[in-house]
Amino acid sequence: MNLRAVFLSIAVLFLAMPGAAQTPLIADLSEHQIQITTGFVGTDVLLFGTVEPESNVVVVVRGPEEETTVWRKGRYAGVWVNDRRVIFERVPSFYAVRSSAPLDEIASEVTRMRHGMGAHFLRLRSLDDRISEADLKVFRAALIRNKQRQGLFATGASDISFLGGQLFRTRLHFPANVPTGFYDVEVFMLQDGRVTHAQTTPLIVRKAGLGADVFFFAYNYSALYGIIAVLLAVAAGALAAFVFRKG
Amino acid sequence: MNIYLPIAEISVNVFLLLGMGGAVGFLSGLFGVGGGFLMTPLLIFIGVTPAVAVATEANQIVASSVSGVLAHWRRGNVDFRMGFVLLAGGTLGSLFGVWLFTVLRGAGQLDLVISLCYVVFLGIVGGLMFLEASRALFRRRRQGDVKRKLHQHHWMHGLPFKIRFRKSKLYISALLPVFIGFIVGVLAAIMGVSGGFIMVPAMIYLLGMPTSVVVGTSLFQIIFVTATVTFLQASQNQTVDAVLALILLTGGVIGAQIGTRAGTRLRGEQLRILLALMVLGVCGKLLFDLVVTPEDLFAIGSAGAH
Repeated sequence: MNLRAVFLSIAVLFLAMPGAAQTPLIADLSEHQIQITTGFVGTDVLLFGTVEPESNVVVVVRGPEEETTVWRKGRYAGVWVNDRRVIFERVPSFYAVRSSAPLDEIASEVTRMRHGMGAHFLRLRSLDDRISEADLKVFRAALIRNKQRQGLFATGASDISFLGGQLFRTRLHFPANVPTGFYDVEVFMLQDGRVTHAQTTPLIVRKAGLGADVFFFAYNYSALYGIIAVLLAVAAGALAAFVFRKG
Repeated sequence: MNIYLPIAEISVNVFLLLGMGGAVGFLSGLFGVGGGFLMTPLLIFIGVTPAVAVATEANQIVASSVSGVLAHWRRGNVDFRMGFVLLAGGTLGSLFGVWLFTVLRGAGQLDLVISLCYVVFLGIVGGLMFLEASRALFRRRRQGDVKRKLHQHHWMHGLPFKIRFRKSKLYISALLPVFIGFIVGVLAAIMGVSGGFIMVPAMIYLLGMPTSVVVGTSLFQIIFVTATVTFLQASQNQTVDAVLALILLTGGVIGAQIGTRAGTRLRGEQLRILLALMVLGVCGKLLFDLVVTPEDLFAIGSAGAH
């Protein structure tokens, strides 16, 4: 009885709002699973949805978090050697931000900080408390720079396009070296620099096919994998010797 | 056509890999060298991490050594007793080498050590090969057949644990072959090479083995050492990419056959000089990468990844 009243009042509210006879933000991906098969060279996933008119859209994609080590090289006897490291905890293995216009034009600094819109607003913390704030800043910038070079941090693209003011779409690119795991795709609707609605869509990146089996086997039955690798090589060598014996 | 390598976790063109296997196999057939010392740097150049390159190459060498040793076995050119003594050292060496590999990897210094080892060994081998080949080129017409004394006595003949090696016509301490085997085992684990370029000269000049049994015996030992390394790397570090190894050895086997056939017609000092220059070229490239100021002094490391 009570539930029905609530439902009714929401429905009435929606009908009363001009031009918003549905949820203000709806978004979805063309696929929710990326399969890394033997022929995988990277892929694009289409993200699309609708928002209220006069609003902007920001998309933040995060891969599974992992501990990441950043090394700094120093020169010893003319050779460049890794000599200092900082381990960052909980670094997203993949991170991408897309927006419908340059971020600083559509989102206030507080908003960007709160929702991690932009690599510089990621909370990259080190377990090491002896490191100075200045050093940490340098290593943090280096981490972001290296991730960007690997194509695993993709930020700054404002290429979400609108069709007729409400319908939006963008292509999310995932390179060949995309890490596997559970991804979160957050879609934000912004008005006047603030987030008014948000929606999170899951995305799974996983290895599939023969490659996945080999990987799983190598990590879970390492000793057996080693033995099989050796036996395969012995068989291949013997076969080669047999085939080319007469020649 | 690209293939995603499951352990190396990169996408590479299959024909590039087959071509690399074929080219290195051709050279190894032509010159009778293992080829690991060329393949591992090549894999690193195309973006395979040094850890995976080294371990996978050990796996590939198992195959090429098996096909090589069968031919020598048929001709009776394998000194099994010497092979087993070398192998004892080799097993210890590969255990130590894989342990060192794991430690260095954890400390973030593995890539550096692999590169440094390559620079040193490729520099020495390439340099010596170049000198030897160019010297041979100059006195080709002269008959420079220097007879080696059948019996030379050094300090090493005073070492204990003497064993008689009938096929090699030697009565020497087992410590020396064990030590040589050990060094080769370490090199196989850290560099992904068969170590033939160290072992063959060591067997001829240090142990005084007859040249006829040297290659077969070293191949015999290499099979087991690289098999041990493959097993240990796979079980401890998960760095053996069997798919990559199979593609490389497919190209390698075919290349080696063509190379062997070409070698019977083309053998000459000019070709050896060419190989020496290639080895020195690879050495130079690795050295250059170590010495030149990197574009970015910071890099994301492998430590703590898994």
